Amino acid sequence: MPFPIFGEPDLDALQVTLQLAGLTTVILLILGTPLAWWLAQSRWRFKFFIEAVVALPLVLPPTVLGFYLLIALGPNGPLGQLTTSLGITPLPFSFAGLVVGSVVYSLPFVVQPLQNAFVQIGQQPMEAAATLRASPWDRFFSIALPMARPGFLTATVLGFAHSVGEFGVVLMIGGNIPQQTRVVSIAIYDHVEAMNYPQAHLLSGSLLALSLALMMTVYGLNRRFFMVKP
Amino acid sequence: MTIEFNFHIQRGPLTLRVKATLPDQGVTALIGPSGCGKTTLLRAIAGLEKDPQGYCRVGPDVWQDGRHTLPTHRRPLGFVFQEPRLFSHLSVRGNLEYGLCRIPKNKRRITLEEASRLLGVEPLWSRDPSHLSGGERQRVAVARALLTSPELLLMDEPLSALDPKGKQEILPYLERLFHTLALPVLFVSHATDEVARLAEHLLVMHQGQIEASGPINTLLTRLDLAQRHGDQAEAVIKTQVAGHDPVHHLTLLDFSGGRFLVPLAHLPVGHPVRLRILARDVSLTLHHQTETSILNIFPATIDARTDDGLSQTLLRLRIAEHPILARLTRKSASDLALVPGKQVYAQIKAMALLV
Repeated sequence: MPFPIFGEPDLDALQVTLQLAGLTTVILLILGTPLAWWLAQSRWRFKFFIEAVVALPLVLPPTVLGFYLLIALGPNGPLGQLTTSLGITPLPFSFAGLVVGSVVYSLPFVVQPLQNAFVQIGQQPMEAAATLRASPWDRFFSIALPMARPGFLTATVLGFAHSVGEFGVVLMIGGNIPQQTRVVSIAIYDHVEAMNYPQAHLLSGSLLALSLALMMTVYGLNRRFFMVKP
Repeated sequence: MTIEFNFHIQRGPLTLRVKATLPDQGVTALIGPSGCGKTTLLRAIAGLEKDPQGYCRVGPDVWQDGRHTLPTHRRPLGFVFQEPRLFSHLSVRGNLEYGLCRIPKNKRRITLEEASRLLGVEPLWSRDPSHLSGGERQRVAVARALLTSPELLLMDEPLSALDPKGKQEILPYLERLFHTLALPVLFVSHATDEVARLAEHLLVMHQGQIEASGPINTLLTRLDLAQRHGDQAEAVIKTQVAGHDPVHHLTLLDFSGGRFLVPLAHLPVGHPVRLRILARDVSLTLHHQTETSILNIFPATIDARTDDGLSQTLLRLRIAEHPILARLTRKSASDLALVPGKQVYAQIKAMALLV
């Protein structure tokens, strides 16, 4: 049996996967930072409701999440009607749709480490900074962000790795369009279905190696690892 | 000018209701039992505890008056917390510069070098805060607060988290600081020795209220307050080094009521020295005793008397205009007929020099 090499379709799948995970992580860091900060600071009575919604993707079967996203983003769904009225083609079965699904799916993996990191900083350094003339924005950028660095590393790596590994949501809203929505996890599934085990091994092994490397980065750099808790 | 505030804050079991006016120079100590609201008051002055209806003015500047409230970062104050609260992601120098670089250049009254020298933290500049001793950390915190050129320095038990060694290490720095800078300081303290050593003015709190406010010796010798200190009731007298007696190894300390002789202290003539005199170290005689081993004897007038209902009596006497306390048995006080107005001689057996 010859040693398997990546075929053209597999390389395409890898590229789509990495693009998807990268873009998802960037969007999540931009959206997740203020959300995590608010969750860490707020004393609102019903904050638990928002926290539960953020944590939902941890426990929900990805197919359920994907199903609702498909309905919502579809031409007759509320978000679909919005996108249509804005002149955007419906998102399901497009790369943009995958990004939306991915963002929702990986949300807790970014928000929770950030929230934990912000909570861990506590009020003490923030108060000290206020007595040293730092305004609220100044305090956020000069104290909270740098002190939450381990949380950001964890959030980035977990968000990326989790997006790389998604399958159910993609299957439901992305389908299997080569070069657009065909990600590695789908490609592996196809190989296995076709009894093409060497190719499945190659892709699975690559994903395993990548994930392990990412996790080792987090554990190696953060002495304290913020566990994601449902 | 003065410092004036008026707050009404409810925090859990504590109702803070305070209104006071303080001198806007010198060191004021805020004392009282734990949980009486000292820290809350300090935090309210800093704007860290919110009282939208509160009033606070420091010198000519109104910090809040019920209609306008300056947020903490706009109040020109320095705050030293009980724990140093250094920023762990910055070096010592980064911590010092954090406040400094947020002050416009034309408003800076102290340089990084000056503050560092005053607190002896220059050798620590490149260190990481986590590698400092408790005393070093607190010194960095004080220097960091000073570098914002504050109009008022607030200190919340800055020494309480330190062991006795750390305390002894930082006290001389604080003293030098208070003498050097014309900066009003309000500091919370539990320890009477710290207060006697550093403060000129006292603010006594009890159950969320201000019970008394005044010059330190006036309050230390107010009998109702002093009685609570029991065995530790004390008075403080400010003196100056008048000279030394090398033959007998003594130092002469002058005050307007006379001259104290104390064991030789290596201090220059003219140096101010505070004497702390515990009530239990003062005994009284009706006539000037010449055949006694006690060196420090002063004519005094009894000013007030209070009995504890048991065996002890606490008396306030005046040596010239200086009040001191004497603690005797009630029997002695009755036998000698010690009542206000009576002339006596105070024999002071021991005193502590607070240099």
